[in-house]
Amino acid sequence: MTPNSVSTPPLLQAENLHLFFGGLSALVNVSFQVRPGEILALIGPNGAGKTSALNCLNGFYRPQKGHILFANHDLTRTPTHQISRLGIARTFQNIALYTGMTALDNLMAARHIRMNQSMFASALYFGAAQREEIAHRRVVEEIIDFLEIEHIRKATVGALPYGLRKRVELGRALALEPRLLLLDEPMAGMNVEEKEDMARFILDIHERRQMTLLLVEHDMGLVMDIAQRVVVLDFGVKIAEGTPSEIKANPAVIKAYLGEAEHK
Amino acid sequence: MAIRLAGDFDISYAHDMAILRNHGQWVMLIVFLTGLFALPFVADGKTLGLLNIIGISIIAAHGLNILLGYTGQISLGQAAFMAVGAYTTAVLMKYGVAFWFALPISGVVGGIIGLLFGLPSLRIKGFYLAMATLSAQIIIPWFFRNVRVDIFGGTPGLTIAPPRLGELVFNTQETMYFPIMLTVVVCTLVAKNIARTRLGRALIAIRDNDLAAEVLGIEQFSYKLRAFFISAFYAGLAGSLWAVYARSINPEQFSLLNSVWYLGMVIVGGMGSALGPILGASFIRILEESTVQLAPALSKMFPQAAAGMLAALGPLVFGLVLALFLIFEPRGLAHRWELLKAAWRLRPFAH
Ligand SMILES: Nc1ncnc2c1ncn2[C@@H]1O[C@H](COP(=O)(O)OP(=O)(O)O)[C@@H](O)[C@H]1O
Ligand SMILES: [Mg+2]
Repeated sequence: MTPNSVSTPPLLQAENLHLFFGGLSALVNVSFQVRPGEILALIGPNGAGKTSALNCLNGFYRPQKGHILFANHDLTRTPTHQISRLGIARTFQNIALYTGMTALDNLMAARHIRMNQSMFASALYFGAAQREEIAHRRVVEEIIDFLEIEHIRKATVGALPYGLRKRVELGRALALEPRLLLLDEPMAGMNVEEKEDMARFILDIHERRQMTLLLVEHDMGLVMDIAQRVVVLDFGVKIAEGTPSEIKANPAVIKAYLGEAEHK
Repeated sequence: MAIRLAGDFDISYAHDMAILRNHGQWVMLIVFLTGLFALPFVADGKTLGLLNIIGISIIAAHGLNILLGYTGQISLGQAAFMAVGAYTTAVLMKYGVAFWFALPISGVVGGIIGLLFGLPSLRIKGFYLAMATLSAQIIIPWFFRNVRVDIFGGTPGLTIAPPRLGELVFNTQETMYFPIMLTVVVCTLVAKNIARTRLGRALIAIRDNDLAAEVLGIEQFSYKLRAFFISAFYAGLAGSLWAVYARSINPEQFSLLNSVWYLGMVIVGGMGSALGPILGASFIRILEESTVQLAPALSKMFPQAAAGMLAALGPLVFGLVLALFLIFEPRGLAHRWELLKAAWRLRPFAH
């Protein structure tokens, strides 16, 4: 796979997105592409519009203008629950797990779209339904092994520490077996060791599972070693796009991040 | 995390996913079921009467638990959906349909009506949804009281002939015990299966985080409606059994207060656990029976108390118990039971 070759058609294409909340513009004429097989980082200071962009991809927010093309569908017109079936999974900045379920069931719940037992088969748990449950359990256990969360498999996730919940949420997204994985600040609020673990998992997912990733991150330093390309947002406007080294040297990006540092 | 007996290892995923994991549990189940179905041969009619009422309540409470406990959608109409089942059975049997066919049909009719009243869950949640389901509790009894009195019998209601199976007539507490308990066992198994498979996970996902559920491909609306259907299906079965058990039904029997009692059973028993409705329904019905037993003694002790006050004793105690549970054990009796089991398995190390 050659992620940087321009000739292959993009996996996802966002064109001229405009998103307003009343008078506040969260996205102004934002366009970007995600190429198959790459890790694209979407960075920017707090409030730049990164999460809003992901929410548009998910169908949570409907941009007032613009289109998002993925697998011959315009996501701005696709219902949220169908977008996952097209092959997009995500994690959330503020963790959105099913808190009352075990870690195992959180992952099993993500197999929903891959299973086809009917309501009646579920109720009777007989033959085919039972075989299906077991087959999917196998897939899920593989992900549990990969993320090294065997020990908390049967723990209710609401009671788990933050770092582990982040990991379970990543597992749940993986359990969808998506083509495109959207990660919203997967390393925020973690200690150094947890951040390193998460970075390792992200690289492993990309290499071994051949997944395309869109990584949203606030902290610029973190993504530079992971991403192949970077898109920078500031106040809802795309201010730069390029390789990590190009971005690091870009005066507009430096200014945006300096501006934020001064506010603190 | 669940604590298991030593030596209970997972040999395969099928084994880990089974409800009963070792021989001991199988033996206990068989002993329990044998005991359950042997009871009518030893217990007196009064005890069986209480057990029959408990059984019918368990079925309705299981249904409500799937809606409230698993899916997180509140309904104040469970008694009304029972009415739909009861009247469906009464009318079908009047036209010669055997009870054994009327029972499942009543479940389906109850389910469809429940689904219709669940439609507002597309747009509204929580308190407002509760108000919307309250409309079922107003419209349905009104319907049976005022519409087609020739079919539904108006205020006095309808009488129902006992079910028959060949020579066998089900017209006593002893005989009715069997169809009721059999339905309870099947309904419990189905509730348990729903909880541990694709359907149940989708319902719990909606309860815990509806937005995340949508992102993961679970269509909220479709699954909420399924929950409303299943919940009212259970109510329909309970109502059908009630009709042939009571042998006389009228709109008064399916009041809002009854719906609140079912809510109470689910809360006291423990929401979102298949054991909860069994414990909750048993506890509340036994409590109710105790206050009935106590009333004459109390009226002797306090002769100056008005009769109306003593009649209100049941709801009063019920309200008190509900409040105490909500404050001190919102996770219900099922949670207590889990704690007890865990403590027992870890004996003699008490911590
Ligand atoms: N649902 C919403 N309603 C109103 N304003 C919103 C909403 N979601 C985001 N915003 C605003 O849009 C801007 C971008 O927010 P967000 O996308 O969360 O930024 P980031 O993820 O880059 O930190 C912020 O000013 C935020 O307050
Ligand atoms: Mg954000």
